[in-house]
Amino acid sequence: MRNRQPIVYWTGFSVVLLLLIIAPLVLPEFWRRFLTEILIWGLLAMSSDLLIGYTGLVSFGHSAFFGLGMYGAAAALLTTKPPSLWLATVYGLVAAAGVAAFVAYFSTRLRDIYFAITTLIFSQIFYVIIFTWTEVTGGENGLTFSRPPFAVPGIFSFPMTSQTLHWFVLAVVTISYLLLRRITQSPFGMVLQSIRENEARTRAIGYPTERYKIVAVMLSGLFAGLAGVLYAVQNRFAAPDFVFFLVSGEVVIYNVIGGIGTLVGPILGAAFFLLLREGLSRFFTEYYLIPVGLMFIAMVIFMPQGLLGFARRWLNR
Amino acid sequence: MSADGLSPEPLLKVEDIHTYYGKSHILHGVSLEIGHGEVVGLLGRNGVGKSTTLKAIAGLVHPSAGRVVFEGRPITNMPAHRLARRGIAYVPEDRRIFPLLTVTENLRTGLDRHGVTPARKKELLDKVYGYFPVLAERRNQAGGTLSGGEQQMLAIARAMMLEPKIILLDEPTEGLMPRMVSQIREIIEILHSERVAVLLVEQNVPLTLETSRRIYIIEKGVVRHHAPAAELRADDAPIHQYMGV
Amino acid sequence: MELLHAIPFDQLLIQTINGVVTGMILALVASGLTLIFGIMDVVNFAHGELFMLGAYVGVLVLSATGNFWLALVGATLLIALLGAVIHVTTLRPLLGRDPLTTILATFGISLVLQNYALWQFGPVARKIQEPFTGYFTLFYLDYPWYRLVIAGLSAAIIAALYLFLKFGTYGIWIRATTQDRVMAQAMGIPVPWVLTAVFAIGSGMAAASGVLFGPLVGVNHAMGLDWVLKAFIVVVVGGMGNLGGSILAAIFISLLEAYASLWVSPAQAVIVSFVALILTLLFRPTGLFVSTPR
Repeated sequence: MRNRQPIVYWTGFSVVLLLLIIAPLVLPEFWRRFLTEILIWGLLAMSSDLLIGYTGLVSFGHSAFFGLGMYGAAAALLTTKPPSLWLATVYGLVAAAGVAAFVAYFSTRLRDIYFAITTLIFSQIFYVIIFTWTEVTGGENGLTFSRPPFAVPGIFSFPMTSQTLHWFVLAVVTISYLLLRRITQSPFGMVLQSIRENEARTRAIGYPTERYKIVAVMLSGLFAGLAGVLYAVQNRFAAPDFVFFLVSGEVVIYNVIGGIGTLVGPILGAAFFLLLREGLSRFFTEYYLIPVGLMFIAMVIFMPQGLLGFARRWLNR
Repeated sequence: MSADGLSPEPLLKVEDIHTYYGKSHILHGVSLEIGHGEVVGLLGRNGVGKSTTLKAIAGLVHPSAGRVVFEGRPITNMPAHRLARRGIAYVPEDRRIFPLLTVTENLRTGLDRHGVTPARKKELLDKVYGYFPVLAERRNQAGGTLSGGEQQMLAIARAMMLEPKIILLDEPTEGLMPRMVSQIREIIEILHSERVAVLLVEQNVPLTLETSRRIYIIEKGVVRHHAPAAELRADDAPIHQYMGV
Repeated sequence: MELLHAIPFDQLLIQTINGVVTGMILALVASGLTLIFGIMDVVNFAHGELFMLGAYVGVLVLSATGNFWLALVGATLLIALLGAVIHVTTLRPLLGRDPLTTILATFGISLVLQNYALWQFGPVARKIQEPFTGYFTLFYLDYPWYRLVIAGLSAAIIAALYLFLKFGTYGIWIRATTQDRVMAQAMGIPVPWVLTAVFAIGSGMAAASGVLFGPLVGVNHAMGLDWVLKAFIVVVVGGMGNLGGSILAAIFISLLEAYASLWVSPAQAVIVSFVALILTLLFRPTGLFVSTPR
């Protein structure tokens, strides 16, 4: 998409990366954690963008993938001794992938609106299960656990401070970003975009669009689950609130605000939204969502390309 | 250019309109005029922009350049429903009657307007059922169950309910059996006798030559030829040239 | 079959009546939603919030006038007006754009309305008093009359809607707009206003349901969430845009849930409706109650 000046792109990328690496060393604790959270939500938003921006499928089910990643990690951290970061990641990814496969199977055969509604219903199904199955999931209160060390058994072990965690999250998110970028620019990604443009035609050419969509949902689910694992490790709890469909809605908001189909856009959208929430909550306490919601509606109407698209057009003048 | 001395100002003037469909440039500057109560034909091959011209007049397509003037007033970007109220009726290419509404309900979509008394509504209905007895028979049937020819009649009858000053007919004989073509000719004559102007887009050249007073020929989004029908009846060379028939 | 024996017959009967009562209210909410979707192709995520605001307006009018019926009418009209305003300001500009944008816009509206209610009314639930208390005896049980009345009223409102659509000029306009929006315009029907009116009607119906249902539960800012989900399930199971189907589906699903809550908690009983949705999507995606799969 921005292949015309790769040098500019990679320079910009490196600068941003460098800033993010240095950040935890200079920022106070609160903002350090805040930055880490932005990265995690950014990863979740990117995973959603794979579906919304590149495949043209609006999913309200990301809260399920995210939540299952969180609970999967929780399961690993609570049941295995010593608590292992890698096991948590694996459990989380497997849980998320399982849910994604389930959702993908039912939803992908449906078009647009029905897909959105179905994914929403599914995330609610999981919400209800998690909320009511108190013995296993802790019900309303969720699960708490401690942060695992950053360790490779037998070789080294660092405790996971908020600094090391930040670098770990940064590494995971950066790698995910690069991977997603690679995927969207690959032939597979091209087919997805073709599906977004005109599914009937893509199918007529000979591509089994159902299968592509299923794979897209699963990939999206995996990265969302990864975000869930990171969130669990950072905050040391898993709660059903994150599986509630409103969370999916917020993720979609990040996508739209930042600019769908850009990968970077959703991260910016997440940052923008979280900063706005932080700022507005100083003035509006709990009702910050009113001005944010109004802003979101205005953006849908007047700036459908999102912040990134708007910036791009402004720069091109 | 007046048809029968009613007024020197034409009823409808299309001035150099351009339209786009996405990136495709469809109309490259079409201009034409229709006088009060006049029957004008628009000939051309498939895809040259005849339907688009009608849609631009009806307000269903908005030209990106040029003007449309109706009764001396510019109407270029007015919404279609207002133009219908002003007296521009459109009968589209595939009839497009409302399939799940009955014949009467279809007619009522044009009949139920402000300022039309119940007596006048009855008058109009009776008149149109007089012209189209088949529709009277089927008045409570759903539009979608009518045959092609009946649907065409319904589409025209429905347009007449608007008491229009001009009716835009898009290929009324398409897909109809040959004997129905003479019915269409009769309908056009009825409209003319009621002082309703008709802009007739057709592939059927003989019908157009018979019923129209003047004819425009369009090719590739522009008017290539314009002549009185009498002239073209005598020498139809331009028709062969631009339509390849 | 042992299980059925274990349930006393009177409980079964109560749940059946409960299911039908809830089903009728759900049908009223869902009809508004399916009307909006069928005619305007808009998925109205804010529908639950219109329901909720209707209930709140009902509370306000009731405490001001003491008259339940005034509250019902007042809430319906006011929220219908709100619906019209919402449509003109946020949804009309989106006409002709990707349907995705309307989903997003209505989602944004639902967030704003929900938090507005939280801001104005606080988190504590309010109560609407029933217009009359009074029970009739069914076997040895006391069943409140009010519940039957709501079911009847909901049915009456839906019937009124049906008649309005079938006869009358505006009904024809609405149906014509649904069948062929472009030709409706070409026939002089002011389509943008027809759409606004439909949205207003749908909103009003949601508000009426909110007031009717208010006495059964507490009125609070989150009450719309549950209902919007159920309403969507009903609309999909009944067939999008199919009024009769939505009503049948609403009763069907409410009955299922009512019976299910004999065994499990109400929070878990909702899973039954989810399962119904999944099965519908698998086997009859156009809707369980559609006569011929279109």
